[in-house]
Amino acid sequence: MLRYEDWTDPVPAAEREVVSLTEDARTDRPPLLFVPGLGHGAWAFAETWLPRAAARGFAAHALTPRPDGDLRAQVHDVVQVAASLPRQAVLVGQGAGALVVAYAMGRYPVRAAVLAAPVMDGWPTLGAALRANPFGTLPALFGGRLRLNRRQLFGPEMPAEDAQRFLERIVARPRRELVTHDPAPRPVGDPPVLVVGSPDDRVVPRTSLDRTATRYGSAPLLFPGMGHELMLDVTWADPIEAIVDWLEKELES
Amino acid sequence: MPDTPDIADRHDAVCVIGAGASGLAAIKNLREAGFEVDCYERETSVGGAWNWRHDRSPVYAGTHLITSRPLTEFPDFPMPDTWPDYPDHKMVLSYLERYSAHFGLESDVWFGTEVVSVAPTGDGRWNVTTQSTGGGSSRVQRYAGVVVANGHNWSAARPEIPGDFRGQVIHSAQYKDPAQLRNRKVLVIGGGNTGCDIAVEAAQQATMVWHSTRRGYWYAPKYVFGRPADQVNARRIPLRLRQWLYRKAVGFTAGDLTRYGVPAPDHQPYESHPTVNSQLPYYLGHGRITAVPDVTEFDGGSVVLADGRRIEPDLVITATGYRPRFEFLAPELLDTAEDGRPDLHLHAFARKHPTLAVVGLVQADFGLFPLAHWQSVAVARWLRLRVTDPERATAVQQKESTRPVASWSKRRVVPTERHWFEVDHGDYLRAVEGLLREMETAA
Repeated sequence: MLRYEDWTDPVPAAEREVVSLTEDARTDRPPLLFVPGLGHGAWAFAETWLPRAAARGFAAHALTPRPDGDLRAQVHDVVQVAASLPRQAVLVGQGAGALVVAYAMGRYPVRAAVLAAPVMDGWPTLGAALRANPFGTLPALFGGRLRLNRRQLFGPEMPAEDAQRFLERIVARPRRELVTHDPAPRPVGDPPVLVVGSPDDRVVPRTSLDRTATRYGSAPLLFPGMGHELMLDVTWADPIEAIVDWLEKELES
Repeated sequence: MPDTPDIADRHDAVCVIGAGASGLAAIKNLREAGFEVDCYERETSVGGAWNWRHDRSPVYAGTHLITSRPLTEFPDFPMPDTWPDYPDHKMVLSYLERYSAHFGLESDVWFGTEVVSVAPTGDGRWNVTTQSTGGGSSRVQRYAGVVVANGHNWSAARPEIPGDFRGQVIHSAQYKDPAQLRNRKVLVIGGGNTGCDIAVEAAQQATMVWHSTRRGYWYAPKYVFGRPADQVNARRIPLRLRQWLYRKAVGFTAGDLTRYGVPAPDHQPYESHPTVNSQLPYYLGHGRITAVPDVTEFDGGSVVLADGRRIEPDLVITATGYRPRFEFLAPELLDTAEDGRPDLHLHAFARKHPTLAVVGLVQADFGLFPLAHWQSVAVARWLRLRVTDPERATAVQQKESTRPVASWSKRRVVPTERHWFEVDHGDYLRAVEGLLREMETAA
């Protein structure tokens, strides 16, 4: 309630890239805002989940995080974009973007939220990364770039050249706070929250996924066989269809 | 009131009076707590005081925020970060309109409808009588709770100055446009934010400007150290240190204004409602504004001042503030004293009527919207708790009623009507937070 930091040192404005598909949006449906994870931009949703959600009648937007923004700045950007939409928004965050969404929910009363393969627990995630990809992860601990590999992010069915194309676009420089941050605040306005993930995710351990889901009062919706990149993996359509199904049901009640 | 079939029972719904900033926040937060809401608004659009189209709106063409954007916005719906530090009244109105549209609040608002009376039924519920603004047949509906958000900046408080005056006397509520000042000799009465704003606009438009204040004030600059001054000062530090910082900020910028004939403040910073104006000292220094003492009487074409001087303005603007008014409520419901001052717990909760609350009736060294937001969150959770756990609600009420006023209200303020509802934002928010936590453990 007493937000001295925001009062004395507000986050400065920045250019924000927002990709939007709003043509087929039905007026009775809330807008969706997709929040990408570490090293990703709006591009990660632009060809898959964004058009699929739009085709099902939702105004769909995806935000690119500001370069070098800390967690506070990223949360600020998400809340700014959400508040700029004409109606109360649904936030969908993937990976570290789910953490940003979880924090944003403490600020802005979302209509609903989806945490996809959420990177919510810093230490277990770091442990998993060191096990799955020690040489790509270690430099990041000392301020270098995080090099992610194909096995870490995608399921076995992902064609190598597609995976390579995406890996080249991911420029990840994790900040220390991704591991050391405080637990996410309680959401304001008591919104419905869905947690989706994969038991075969090599970034987010299953225990962490269950813990996040329990925290938001449900069990995770699972897509076995998929990797961490739920919106880019071969079967990317399954999770988004399930998310929209869930959303439609929640909006009815 | 006898039980007649004419009364439509709205069961658990809550009635909100007014669709200005406080009323909109009340609708939103009551809904989040699961209540059905009917809001009555006498005008045909939202925005209350900030809607310059409304005949009760006090805004004038040059109205800007006094506290900067981060200290003014609703905590859960920020203003665009590309907006200026101190948006003007049109931006503030568009912000309120967007807030209303974003959360779909207007579907619960009955526009063009005035509340005529609010009367307790005796069992904690309320009969609310409404009619179309300006007349028409009335209608009575019964609600489980009433949240009053009718604003306190619309009923002009006019000073009683003896004698007749040949020139024109208007209250600042009737001042809308600098053209009203052009080429005239103007006396502005009042050292609050409005009085200083108008004195500055007069300095730019009128041929002669006098500015009359009863006492000296701490005219704070809008910027210090290259930042909005309130952002420099809104820190978690003791009041005394903040007062010191405030004195320093004034000292570094405008300095001692007694050299222009302005009286020295007879109180510490924050003991009167902060006046923020960088331009007043500037125009005093340029001789465009002449500081004068209190007005004692009118005498034909001239105005007599406390020091015996006579001046001859042709327009007098009294920027002497507003009075809270609740003509639809019997005074005892809000424990209103003879002088019109209601006595409410946390300036919000009626002491003898747990289902009656007032939102937005505070003055702080801070924007009102965040305070109105948290007040309405507290009111909504309180009404909810009464439904879900009446026993705990009673316990919370008992505990709250023993809380000393000093624990949440700053003790020392200049004892005038202007400071009836003056609070320190930090102390106040902490008090509301305490109440929310109290109800939390109950839940």
